[in-house]
Amino acid sequence: MLEAQGITKRFGGLVAVSEASLKVDAGRIVALIGPNGAGKTTLFAAMTGFHKPDSGRVTFDGADVTGLPPHVVARRGLVRTFQIVQPFGALTVRENVAVGAHLREPDRKAALKLAGEIATSLGMGAMLDKPAAALTVAGRKRLEVARALATRPKLVLLDEVMAGLNPTEIDDIVPMVRAVRDAGTTVLLIEHVMRAVMQLSEHVYVLNQGRMIAEGAPREVAARRDVVEAYLGHGAANRIAGTTP
Amino acid sequence: MRNAALGAFLVAALALPFVTGSEFWIKFAFTTLLFAFMGQAWNILGGYGGQFSFGHALFFGTGAYAAAVAQNSFGLNAWLGLPLGAAAGGAAGWAAGYLSFRYGLKGSYFALVTLAFAEVFRILANAVDFTGAGVGLFVKLQPGWADLQPGYVGFYYLLVALVLASVWLAWRIENSRFGAQLTAIRENEAAAAALGVDAYAVKVRAIALSGAMTGIGGVIYVQFYLYIDPGIAYGPGVSVEILLVSIIGGMGTVLGPLLGSTVLHAASELARRVMGDAPGIHLVFYGVLLVLMVRFMPDGLIGLLKRRASRPAEAPRA
Amino acid sequence: MLEFQIFLPAVVNGLTLGAVYALVALGLTLIYGVLHIINFAHGSLLMAALYAAFFLKDGLGIDPYLAMPLLVPAFFAAGYALQRWVIGKASHGKDQNVLLVTLGISIVVENLALYFFRADTRTVETPLSYEMLDLGFALVPWPRAIGFFAALLVAVVLWWTIERTDLGRAIRAVAKERQGARLVGIDVDHVFAMSFGIGTAVLGAAACLLLPSFYVTPGVGNVFVLVAFTVVVLGGMGSFTGALVGGLAIGVTESLGGLFLGQALGQLGIFLIFILLLLFRPTGLFGSRLA
Repeated sequence: MLEAQGITKRFGGLVAVSEASLKVDAGRIVALIGPNGAGKTTLFAAMTGFHKPDSGRVTFDGADVTGLPPHVVARRGLVRTFQIVQPFGALTVRENVAVGAHLREPDRKAALKLAGEIATSLGMGAMLDKPAAALTVAGRKRLEVARALATRPKLVLLDEVMAGLNPTEIDDIVPMVRAVRDAGTTVLLIEHVMRAVMQLSEHVYVLNQGRMIAEGAPREVAARRDVVEAYLGHGAANRIAGTTP
Repeated sequence: MRNAALGAFLVAALALPFVTGSEFWIKFAFTTLLFAFMGQAWNILGGYGGQFSFGHALFFGTGAYAAAVAQNSFGLNAWLGLPLGAAAGGAAGWAAGYLSFRYGLKGSYFALVTLAFAEVFRILANAVDFTGAGVGLFVKLQPGWADLQPGYVGFYYLLVALVLASVWLAWRIENSRFGAQLTAIRENEAAAAALGVDAYAVKVRAIALSGAMTGIGGVIYVQFYLYIDPGIAYGPGVSVEILLVSIIGGMGTVLGPLLGSTVLHAASELARRVMGDAPGIHLVFYGVLLVLMVRFMPDGLIGLLKRRASRPAEAPRA
Repeated sequence: MLEFQIFLPAVVNGLTLGAVYALVALGLTLIYGVLHIINFAHGSLLMAALYAAFFLKDGLGIDPYLAMPLLVPAFFAAGYALQRWVIGKASHGKDQNVLLVTLGISIVVENLALYFFRADTRTVETPLSYEMLDLGFALVPWPRAIGFFAALLVAVVLWWTIERTDLGRAIRAVAKERQGARLVGIDVDHVFAMSFGIGTAVLGAAACLLLPSFYVTPGVGNVFVLVAFTVVVLGGMGSFTGALVGGLAIGVTESLGGLFLGQALGQLGIFLIFILLLLFRPTGLFGSRLA
């Protein structure tokens, strides 16, 4: 459903993403992992129109969406959340989600109703009429997801929804993500929390220093030496295996 | 509570000319209502949309000149000035929006560029004959509704109607998709875009609407005073007063501009009685008020009322 | 036709005018470069300084040039106080609030002047008022020429302050990374106020240099405000060199514009440039921040 081919993005002299390619089939949960600064969020941004790739192509649902502005990409059903949460602070939770709902729903009342339903299904029922600025980090993360889902996307890009959450909160979000996919939305997620990645994803891509270095089933990828070393440093794989330092 | 306030206003407004036949008070009310109306126009773009315009006089002056020129140079009936002024103001709004938003101007830069636009028009109006240059334009005195010069009381009721319409409009916007998208843009434009909101299109719509409304205000002004010149039309005085009423009353609220205008003009009148009619004094007052409001009550009077009314545990506006 | 004899003096005139614009813009550049705010009050503060210089001459007989040691510190203090206790407190962290507050201040200052001093134009005469510097191809009034060199001098002093002093280092740190500066123990509020103070002090100097060849009315600030902004944007928000060059460029543009388009439209060119700059090249000619 979503395919990125050879995406390269430079900022001045810095190459943030280099020839990165990935593919997400409809109905799956795919993860994009990699150490901090690998370029994962930049890749998300390049795929959804927030950055124009210097080269490469992004195809979504059969159409070329490379370089289209973010709101057009969103309208086509490819929606992202932000790693650093971006709530509409002065609006209530319900109103926040309604903005997303309005993408497909012009009527205000209907949008608010839909927003209430989606927020409640994500466990935010009690907070519906509180201002978004009053939410905790975990709450704001849920709000990001709720807003994105309210647009009825075909594919949602979740950028580190688990970051900053404690283990209990993570345990709550994992089934939520699964439920999103089960309800018909394809999911591509950036995650650091390995437990969640292992539990959720069917396919994993690994990005390191802008380059895609591995892909495959979660367990296989995690066991790969180059993936371990990307996270833990050169020689780490050997050290873990107990061989030479 | 809002409906109660509105009801009280309506009653007071309808009754005013009967309670006091004084020309002075009717004129006072006229000014208050005119700026409540134009303040609402600014509020749509600035309060709801978060785009602060410092040069709204651009739309006011354009509407006023459109009406004056239409009558003087083309002999059109004054009533035609209304749609013309709205169209002219709206077109100016669209053009300003096109230029500013297409090039991504926000915040301070947007405020500056609107200021510059107004100044450019002031200079042009001063230099060009068809606006009467520095001398300005006079509109012929033709009393009566037929020529949109219905006298003090007539203008007053006209404005009451316009203000009510503007309140209704703001309320409609608040409860519409357009309003939801507009406030989303104000809060966080990138997040709004990620949800499919075409920020440029929404902002241009807002500024065009705002311009059209303010243009109507300009038409009313010129019909009332029968005179317009570049300083009045495009000068900072009108721009400041228009934005001030929303700041005092509460930006992004339906009744903010009305409340703000009432308070502003009442206090200004009080100051004039105390300090005399010297030139500049009432503007000093406006300036001090602006500073004080921003410092102590950035949410305006309505924000203050809301905070008093709700539980202390509520988070204030971010 | 374009005769050299008219063209060159217009350029020279533009340069001296532009030097004054540059002086005014230099202070604004510092304030924008550090505080990242557009100080709407700048023009009215210049006007206040001009009135101060005027009354020092008119009432106490102090020559404007000699009044500088008085006005510069006084306006430094005023600027410091304004930022520390009015503007800084009112901003609540939002850019737009600062915009509104400085707008409010400018309205207050301008209309207080209107109330106290009325709208008449005041000028002063100094021993140099009518002396001319003969350049051969053009005659330059001495006050203007002094203003020109003073602008260069002030730019150099500002540059030196920012680049070579401890205060300048602190200012650059705050400009680049506010939180980080706070974390290493820099009193950010104080630095902000110092920057605003210096920017306003420059206005005090500018007023003393400007008064002999200019005039003062309550509205004179408006003349300079948008021009100063244009210069700051043109030169690149935060670059002193840019402000200097930008100021000179704008002065020449206005002078030549006046030559071709007539007085009424002379300033129009400046605003159009300003708008075009904001739209197409907001980083200006010399682009980038102070730090």
